Amino acid sequence: VTQVAPAEPDLRRVIGDGESVPDGEVEGLAEADLLEIYRSMVLLRTYDERSVVYHRQGRIGTYAIFWGHEAIQAGSMHALAEDDWVFPSYRESAIGLLRGMLPETVLAWWRGHPAGWWNPAEYRVASITVPIATHVPHAVGLAWGKKLRGEPACALAYFGDGATSEGAFHEGANFAAVMKAPAILLCNNNGWAISTPLAAQTAAETLADKAVGYGIPGVRVDGGDVLAVFEATRDAVLRARAGDGPTFIEAVTYRMAPHATADDPSAYIDAERVERERENECLLRYERYLRRLGLLDDALVAEARDEALVAMRAGIQAAEALPPPDPDLVFMHAYDEPPPGLRDG
Amino acid sequence: MTNRRRGFAMASRTLVEAVNDALRGEMERDPDVMVIGEDVGRAGGVFRATAGLRDRFGEDRCVDTPLAEAGILGTAVGLCMAGWRPVCEMQYDAFSYPCLDQLICHVGRYRWRTGGTMEFPITVRMPYGGGVRAPELHEDSPETYYVHTPGVKVAIPSTPADAKGILAAAIRSADPVVVLEPKLLYRTAREEVPDGEHLVPLGEARVVQEGDDLTLVAYGSMVEVARKAAGELEASAEVIDLRTLKPLDEGTLLASAAKTGRVVIVQEAPRVCGFGAEVAAVLADKAILDLKGPVKRVTGYDVPFPYWTIEDAYMPSVERVVRAARELLEF
Repeated sequence: VTQVAPAEPDLRRVIGDGESVPDGEVEGLAEADLLEIYRSMVLLRTYDERSVVYHRQGRIGTYAIFWGHEAIQAGSMHALAEDDWVFPSYRESAIGLLRGMLPETVLAWWRGHPAGWWNPAEYRVASITVPIATHVPHAVGLAWGKKLRGEPACALAYFGDGATSEGAFHEGANFAAVMKAPAILLCNNNGWAISTPLAAQTAAETLADKAVGYGIPGVRVDGGDVLAVFEATRDAVLRARAGDGPTFIEAVTYRMAPHATADDPSAYIDAERVERERENECLLRYERYLRRLGLLDDALVAEARDEALVAMRAGIQAAEALPPPDPDLVFMHAYDEPPPGLRDG
Repeated sequence: MTNRRRGFAMASRTLVEAVNDALRGEMERDPDVMVIGEDVGRAGGVFRATAGLRDRFGEDRCVDTPLAEAGILGTAVGLCMAGWRPVCEMQYDAFSYPCLDQLICHVGRYRWRTGGTMEFPITVRMPYGGGVRAPELHEDSPETYYVHTPGVKVAIPSTPADAKGILAAAIRSADPVVVLEPKLLYRTAREEVPDGEHLVPLGEARVVQEGDDLTLVAYGSMVEVARKAAGELEASAEVIDLRTLKPLDEGTLLASAAKTGRVVIVQEAPRVCGFGAEVAAVLADKAILDLKGPVKRVTGYDVPFPYWTIEDAYMPSVERVVRAARELLEF
């Protein structure tokens, strides 16, 4: 048994500040990869911003905002292979877009329409999990099951800082470690579980410290640095594929938007801190980085944004054009062989 | 429907040996079937229900897991997504409560959530019930929690042959099935059990003995109590073993009620909202004109299952069933 080193206290970073902190680079990422990651972030950002508008317009229901989390989502997704599985929480509701899912599917989900159901095997994206942390064991089971079959796929579970307080997180992380499951446990630590700050969530110095107790590596990255997230996830994937088991990644960011459209954070959040964080939010940081490299100009920014807006317009139109769902769906799909009397009510 | 297939080879087995036989047979038949749980591998289960499976099928298909019931059922969901057909052992009835979170939030919902495109053929099996002089939380009857969970089926065998046939059917079911095994009968019940393939379809009750004057409805270890009570009655009692609680075999139940007009339900679990209440409601709805008296329930009480020195005062007894039956006959 090899001793697992204590979790890294410092946040891994690649992107500098354009002044005193120099930019790093990630080995193996070509210019095309950097731009693909950029387009993914823009697509997610556009999805999120449009969704808040759609909610205000009454076109979708309550929506969990992920503004500012695009670096965590896009960076990690680009480190996965097509056959790797992803287990989203509601904060990553649109993650399927990076696997070719249409915006209308996710929008239909937020519209409470059964057209928002999908076959997880089609995208290797599990269903959006609403209860906190309960999907962590699912990801671990998938990863373990693939390993038992000799298939190379890994599984990545997204969850928040609050989720690390749940028993399901603990049981999943422990199972993953014991079974040496090729799993990546990616904690989006945005500092808040609705109104509960991290300090009221845990007495641990860092969430990555928890990994030590499971005997697995705990890595901390700047969650606003898409390339740092990519690199940490890629390292975890390599480790998983080599048969060395799971990695816990703590991606640290700050929640710059309400928890969801139904939440008013003015009662608990530090508005000045939010303003400061917004000046250094992940998409802006990545755009500045790409401009410093000479890879991005205003035209490309506009093009990426327009492309995403077109996809969203088509998505909301398609979602709104769906016929009302058949009420008979109430009785469908829960069972392969429904018990007699299912319709007695 | 008979669960005996005459002319086929039989072997004398206890109920727990029949469970083992079913697991062995299904693992032979289907390479995707795997058994996971606490102490199921090296030890072969605390009741030895999984004895020999690790040696026969390897440690990847009969897996000793960490001590984590929600983790067992949660990983089973992911194992299904990877193409496995997991059979999860919960070590004892009351130790299964931590897995309710996964059962309610995911196991019963995931198929629905995928629009029926993915199946979750999970079997959860556990010893249940009292009368075994065990410590606290080793003698519960938790079936109602499971029956009340949409998307999940529930079966409770009362004989070795049914234990084999029901478990095999549960493992083959595309729906998640919880199978509760009466631990009181694990080694006290022994009978001839068909060798090889033996299936008891889910949703079919068994008429244990026919009778004309009243019906005793039971399941699990209460079937034997009902059968003994029937033997002490002056009247002719029919005894029905429900075998599957969901789906409930209403046809057999209602046919018997129509014949006898009197029904006593025997249930070991606490009274309020126990499965007997569901049976009584079905009778009230669909058999009211057949009934010659009230539907009676003989049940456990709404108390924690007692410490074992006084557990006999809790368990539905032959005497209590006979008393209820006589009250009904004299109604």
